[in-house]
Amino acid sequence: MKLKKISAALALSGLLMGLAACQTNPATQSAVAGAELKTSVSQSGVHSFNLSNGMKVLVKPDHRSPVAVSQVWYKVGGSYEYAGVTGVSHALEHMMFKGTKNLKPGEFSEIIAANGGSENAFTGKDYTAYFQRISSDRLELCLRNEADRMRNLQLSEIEFKKEIEVIKEERRSRTDDSPTSLTYERFNAAAFINSSYQQPIIGWMEDLDSMQLSDLSAWYQTWYAPNNATLVVAGDVDPQQIKVWAEKYFGALKPSKITPPKPRREVDQMGERRITVKVPAKVPYLLMGYKVPVLKTLISENKNIDDVYALEVLAGVLDGGQSSRLSKTLVRKKEIASSAGAGYDPYARQQTLFLFDGSPRAGHTAKELEMAIKKQITEIQNTAPSTAELNRVKAQVMASSVYEKDSVFYQAMQLGTLETVGVGWKKKDDYLEKIQQVTPQQVQAVAKKYLIDDRLTVAILDPQPIDTNQSRASRAAGGRHAR
Amino acid sequence: MLDKKTLPAKQAIKKQESLQHASSWNPAQKHTGMTAIMIFAMCFLFINNALASPEIQHWKTQNGAEVYFVPSNDLPMVDVRIVFDAGSARDSENKNVLAGTALMTNGLLAEGAAGDDAQILAEKFEAVGAAFGNGALKDMAWLSVRSLRDDKYLQPALINLKNILSFPDFNKNAFKRELERLKISVKAGKQSPGNIASLRFFKELYGDHPYAQPSTGTEESLQQLKLKHLKAFYKNYYVAKNAVIAIVGQLTTNEAKKIAAELVADLSAGKHAKPLPEVKALTEAKTVHIDFPSRQSTVLMGQVGLARGDADYYALYLANHAFGGSGFGSRLMEEVREKRGLAYSTYSYFSPMRAAGPFQIGLKTRNDQLEDAMKIIHEELNKYITSGPDKDELQDSLKNITGGFPLRIDSNKKIAEYLSVIGYYKLPLDYLDTFVGHVNAQTKVKVDEALRRRIHPDKMLTVIVGAKNEN
Repeated sequence: MKLKKISAALALSGLLMGLAACQTNPATQSAVAGAELKTSVSQSGVHSFNLSNGMKVLVKPDHRSPVAVSQVWYKVGGSYEYAGVTGVSHALEHMMFKGTKNLKPGEFSEIIAANGGSENAFTGKDYTAYFQRISSDRLELCLRNEADRMRNLQLSEIEFKKEIEVIKEERRSRTDDSPTSLTYERFNAAAFINSSYQQPIIGWMEDLDSMQLSDLSAWYQTWYAPNNATLVVAGDVDPQQIKVWAEKYFGALKPSKITPPKPRREVDQMGERRITVKVPAKVPYLLMGYKVPVLKTLISENKNIDDVYALEVLAGVLDGGQSSRLSKTLVRKKEIASSAGAGYDPYARQQTLFLFDGSPRAGHTAKELEMAIKKQITEIQNTAPSTAELNRVKAQVMASSVYEKDSVFYQAMQLGTLETVGVGWKKKDDYLEKIQQVTPQQVQAVAKKYLIDDRLTVAILDPQPIDTNQSRASRAAGGRHAR
Repeated sequence: MLDKKTLPAKQAIKKQESLQHASSWNPAQKHTGMTAIMIFAMCFLFINNALASPEIQHWKTQNGAEVYFVPSNDLPMVDVRIVFDAGSARDSENKNVLAGTALMTNGLLAEGAAGDDAQILAEKFEAVGAAFGNGALKDMAWLSVRSLRDDKYLQPALINLKNILSFPDFNKNAFKRELERLKISVKAGKQSPGNIASLRFFKELYGDHPYAQPSTGTEESLQQLKLKHLKAFYKNYYVAKNAVIAIVGQLTTNEAKKIAAELVADLSAGKHAKPLPEVKALTEAKTVHIDFPSRQSTVLMGQVGLARGDADYYALYLANHAFGGSGFGSRLMEEVREKRGLAYSTYSYFSPMRAAGPFQIGLKTRNDQLEDAMKIIHEELNKYITSGPDKDELQDSLKNITGGFPLRIDSNKKIAEYLSVIGYYKLPLDYLDTFVGHVNAQTKVKVDEALRRRIHPDKMLTVIVGAKNEN
């Protein structure tokens, strides 16, 4: 369980809650406040409002340091793509740094650097986001230029020809030359039958080879519009001032007609799926994934969302720290695993996977590790975990909800993710309470319901000798992307 | 030790879940072999005149541990980090060099202490929501705890930390288990071209200097490692006079003093580790090309750079920023990536360490483009050493460094890491306050002169890992 990734409201400390809600500087507030500038404030101190063109704005003041983070999140990513154009969201993200009607290629980055800021962007399955970290008195220029490239991007053939090569290098570096990443890519492709989660975010090399500037241009036209975006600002800022700037820069942009992507809901799996990945490597690696719901899918189907929180706690019981079951039993007691982990991310658009991964110790096989992990699952299915175990998981979640406030960037990241995958940022506010309510029986119940063979996909990395001549020959036979 | 982060599994997934556009954050983090060194050895600290840096309080415990404290009252939490001069540079001070000793010693502390086994120790932290961390690199070895401020959480976490630090059991079974896990980690490193390149780079650059040895050990050295080596290492280096304690959090000075004193109360005073040997620079260029069946060739090029406290530090830091230290906008990024699309990531940096750390240029490119990319790097380096940065580059770098200062210290976590660097390397307490002044005092003449004197393009070590006959 990625405890550090988990969001939470501040049920922990009423004192903190009060602070977060009233920390805006009253002086600056009164200077710009007008009746029409009301924003709504949540219990966790998040201000939210919509612009008239449909763009959403979230502001989380945090005055510990004179810095701010600006993030613009678009509802588009790898899972919005269809066969043949995989990787187009990410490729467009790269090209968003290549100039607009007002700025030459790289100029936005130069402006940020000259002002002491750092900036970048990231593409996920369900989102594409652009961010700057900067001294809070320079924030306005981030918003101005972000608004500019939302509508005024200049896609140039010359820039694209170079950048697509950069992206292929990125793919080689992240995926093709990493045995575990390759295994994960093939694992996803095998696990999902019709869901777009089967596609790699960076795109298949074949698709990158045939990608055209017109693909990017169409993608930009389809998805980059204020009514498909969320602005998140966190840090030493005044929400009223942000509202003024947001209206000024983003409010002037025309909305588009956004047609949501086709549902592509994953069909029933009807039995276990299993693959082997044979590549030059040294250490075997196992990936197991069970199809599970996420917050968004349960909400869409009008179902009870409690299962999601029970799955979170289940991941914590299995892998929420060094005292959890996988470390305790597989790494330390039975000494089968060199490493073993479990993870679940409830924030996605579509049904996802409850993951296990690990490498066996010398003298053991990936298959033995798989059996040992399954035995751990069976134990929870047969006997509900102890209250002490659950309390440890809950204590860590509670503490993390405080620790995560040490990072302004992370706070913005949470809001942007929740909003963009479609569950709404407010779900952050009841997270901690929901986790605290999970019972041992619920954890046992979700293990029985979801961690069953008919929902399982297994991938095993079967290391082949690292022999330069042999692997080169096999690549020449099938590897179109070597050149 | 060997927590999940050191193993490939989680990283592989995380990397693919979300793709970063590029490497302007911290280019070296893309290169796992160097990540850890970068974070702890390269904590560059800056100051903006408009912003007061945190006021650092400093004292010594009775038995000689140096303490650095910054109160931070906004969040109900506390970070405590204790750093020892007990990194792998000390592996060579055994009678025979046994690479991996420092890492194994550090890792075994939390595998059993004061009669509690690893399970109980972990449960004690996790029951109060405390986050424990530890690790060892070439210079530093450390233990850390992040806890909620409330005493009912904080006190049990601190007692547990103290036990781990002061009364490790060095249990035989735990040793065998962790050694086996480390061996697998070392083996897994051999499937990563970046890791292979980095290990070879240090080996070639440092020759018989302790920095030549990998912190993780080698398959051969781990074969010989015994529990007695760890016990001896612990006795020598995990002593108060060899320790720096960094504390940041919602505490008064008195509370911090009590915490620090208590934490090391049961350590013997001992003595500080002795100075490391001087590093000898390479006298001629050397190129090593390792044949490996990867799509890309990984290139690491460099030479011996700077030790902490070097008089040329500010000039070279500024010079490197414009050359390959600032991501987008740097010369390497412009020439290799932006103009020609030859690589996703390319960078350069100085890594100032206790003894002279490396100056390194890095690049990954498709095997058949290796020659083209190398040619550009050589040309750019030669040009830069001859002519230095132009006026605009110098100006832009200064603006970025000074304007970006607040971002470097905007969290308790970052401040705690900086405190340990300041303490560990005995940097002056006003290091933060004076940094920008020092950088601003640099002129083109000074920068050019330092570059010419310190960087020798004709004496570069080059390590390449990739498929040879695709070039």
